[in-house]
Amino acid sequence: MREELRELYKYRELLYMIAYRDIKVRYKQSIMAFMWAILMPILIVMSGIVVRYAYALAAHKQLQMADIASVAVKSLPWAFLVSSIRFGGNSLILSNRDLVTKIYFPKEIFPLAAVMSSLFDFVIASGALVVFLAALRIHVSLSLLWVPVLLLTLITLASGIGMVVAAGSLFFRDVKYIVEVLLTFGIFFTPVFYDAGMFGDKGKWLLLNPVAPILEGLSACITRQQRPDLPWLAYSVGFAVVSLFGGYVFFKHLEPSFAESI
Amino acid sequence: MSDVALRMEHVYKKFRKGETFNSLRDLIPALTGTMFRQQELSQKDKREFWALRDISFEVKRGEALGIIGHNGAGKSTILKILSRIMKPTKGELAVSGRLSALIEVSAGFHQDLTGRENIFLNGTILGMTNREIKSKLDQIIAFSGLEEFIDTPVKRYSSGMYARLGFSVAAHVDPDVLIVDEVLSVGDYVFQQKCMERMREVINGGATVLFVSHNLKSVAEFCQRSLLLEHGETVTIGPTHEVISSYLNRSRSAHLKAAESKSVVISKVAVRNPAGECLRFHSGEKAWIDIELTACKSCSKLSISLYVTDEQYQSIFDTSTERLGYSNFSLEAGEIFTCTFELQLNLANGIFHPSILVYRYDTQTESDRWAPATTIYVSSDEDVRGAAHLFPKVTRQETRAEVANLMEMPGAAAVIPDVAPAKN
Repeated sequence: MREELRELYKYRELLYMIAYRDIKVRYKQSIMAFMWAILMPILIVMSGIVVRYAYALAAHKQLQMADIASVAVKSLPWAFLVSSIRFGGNSLILSNRDLVTKIYFPKEIFPLAAVMSSLFDFVIASGALVVFLAALRIHVSLSLLWVPVLLLTLITLASGIGMVVAAGSLFFRDVKYIVEVLLTFGIFFTPVFYDAGMFGDKGKWLLLNPVAPILEGLSACITRQQRPDLPWLAYSVGFAVVSLFGGYVFFKHLEPSFAESI
Repeated sequence: MSDVALRMEHVYKKFRKGETFNSLRDLIPALTGTMFRQQELSQKDKREFWALRDISFEVKRGEALGIIGHNGAGKSTILKILSRIMKPTKGELAVSGRLSALIEVSAGFHQDLTGRENIFLNGTILGMTNREIKSKLDQIIAFSGLEEFIDTPVKRYSSGMYARLGFSVAAHVDPDVLIVDEVLSVGDYVFQQKCMERMREVINGGATVLFVSHNLKSVAEFCQRSLLLEHGETVTIGPTHEVISSYLNRSRSAHLKAAESKSVVISKVAVRNPAGECLRFHSGEKAWIDIELTACKSCSKLSISLYVTDEQYQSIFDTSTERLGYSNFSLEAGEIFTCTFELQLNLANGIFHPSILVYRYDTQTESDRWAPATTIYVSSDEDVRGAAHLFPKVTRQETRAEVANLMEMPGAAAVIPDVAPAKN
């Protein structure tokens, strides 16, 4: 394990290079260019607003600005997670097939680079989000210091899942489709458009989804200037670390047979 | 033992033929199936085969080892194991120092990136640092000869340009151990020479080289020692010329074994000069090729065709007894027929393979073919390239100014008188 990590460190330039390549290729020759990073989150935010408006109508309430802000804050990390897992999962079997069978280097670079390039999109979209939040008059507060912790947890989780999905879909062709379905419908099981709190006591079942406490935490510290629910955050952090560690071990265990199984 | 750069010890590699479970959907019923039915397991065993069996060798620092063998003998598997893309099923291997593999040199290219961007990408993939690439960038571009197109996306490149760029990056990695697999066949003649030159530089620079090729000439040129591989097993390992002749002998005995079912068999092909059997010739010398046929059944209206291929097995010359005006012949079972072709070897420096074909003259049906039947080595004094040697001489060389200029500046035209060629 230690030796493998040292090797990964040795190849860090390649990791940046692959991430850079993925970003460059995505932005090159596309008419939308930087719009690409924003389009997907904008679509999610807009559908979230529609859903939120429907809730408000059903409850005979006014749609609050804070609700819209909360949907926006939670949509971006969700989009990041989905894109890391999707790109990471396909990184071995689609975009880098030749490299997997022909040249040696630590292959976890591919799913990790996918996380990095998705992070780049996320940062650009966050720029737009900051403007949007400022327009909604969301205040700046000390609770924003929680944001890096929450994002780091999310990145850790995305990397772990990305490695598992990448290795899994190399061996079994249908893993890709299963994951695609999970990513599409996962948004309904994760508090993106709604808050876990809306379910009252039953909301804690939703928080068992490790992504949920992260999103709820982001919403709390950005839009409500509160600190996240610490026990649930600890749960997510634990889950993320285990998934990164387990995902890495799983990936490295399968790696030697990648070339002949692909 | 620090002088050993590369070592394989009793390496075995097993592959599975046919489909393996490709999806969870197939795997789950298959797993539950095997629990109840034991025979599926033994079926699985049958589909396994050994791509490599008990391969052991050592390469010393600064040495070049060639690996030769037919397609499917396991050459590429050895390289993949050494470059750690695959793991051996059994056995040990040790590599000391930075290893670079010239296998599929353009594998890391991305279609949408420019040549320059791909140099950085591929260089990093091959283990160079960013700073290293920057310092060698001009060298790499110059080597590829693609200066004009370096900022064009590589998807617009021709396949030759693509391969040239790939090789240029790979050739500048400065490895301790270099693995080369058939990449020298990329590009045109001039680029191939450049690659050979670069290989020589790398070898002279003290790198250890493992060279896999069908091209016996380049193996003979680069490697003092070679390993002959057949069906995943080591046949011989030793000095290259011995290994090459053993390789050719084995293909000869394989030919005879396969010939049993035929009506007429080419039983012997030998090349000689006036002094006796010989495989090394000078350009322009005469060679005699003795051919012996043995008839197993009676057959009629036979004719013998002799053709010569170059090292890439491209035919460069073709003739036959019939076309040379000799009548066709018939043989009874058990009869032996011999004939001799005389050839003037107007061939350039290189390796050539005479091949023999026996066919029925009127129906043009093939009775037996032995290709390549043997291998001859031709050397020439003059630096001529290609297959044929036309014995060129420069008999005149002059520079003449254009007529218009001549009018303006009388006397400015320098005419170099005939330059007599130095030789003869």
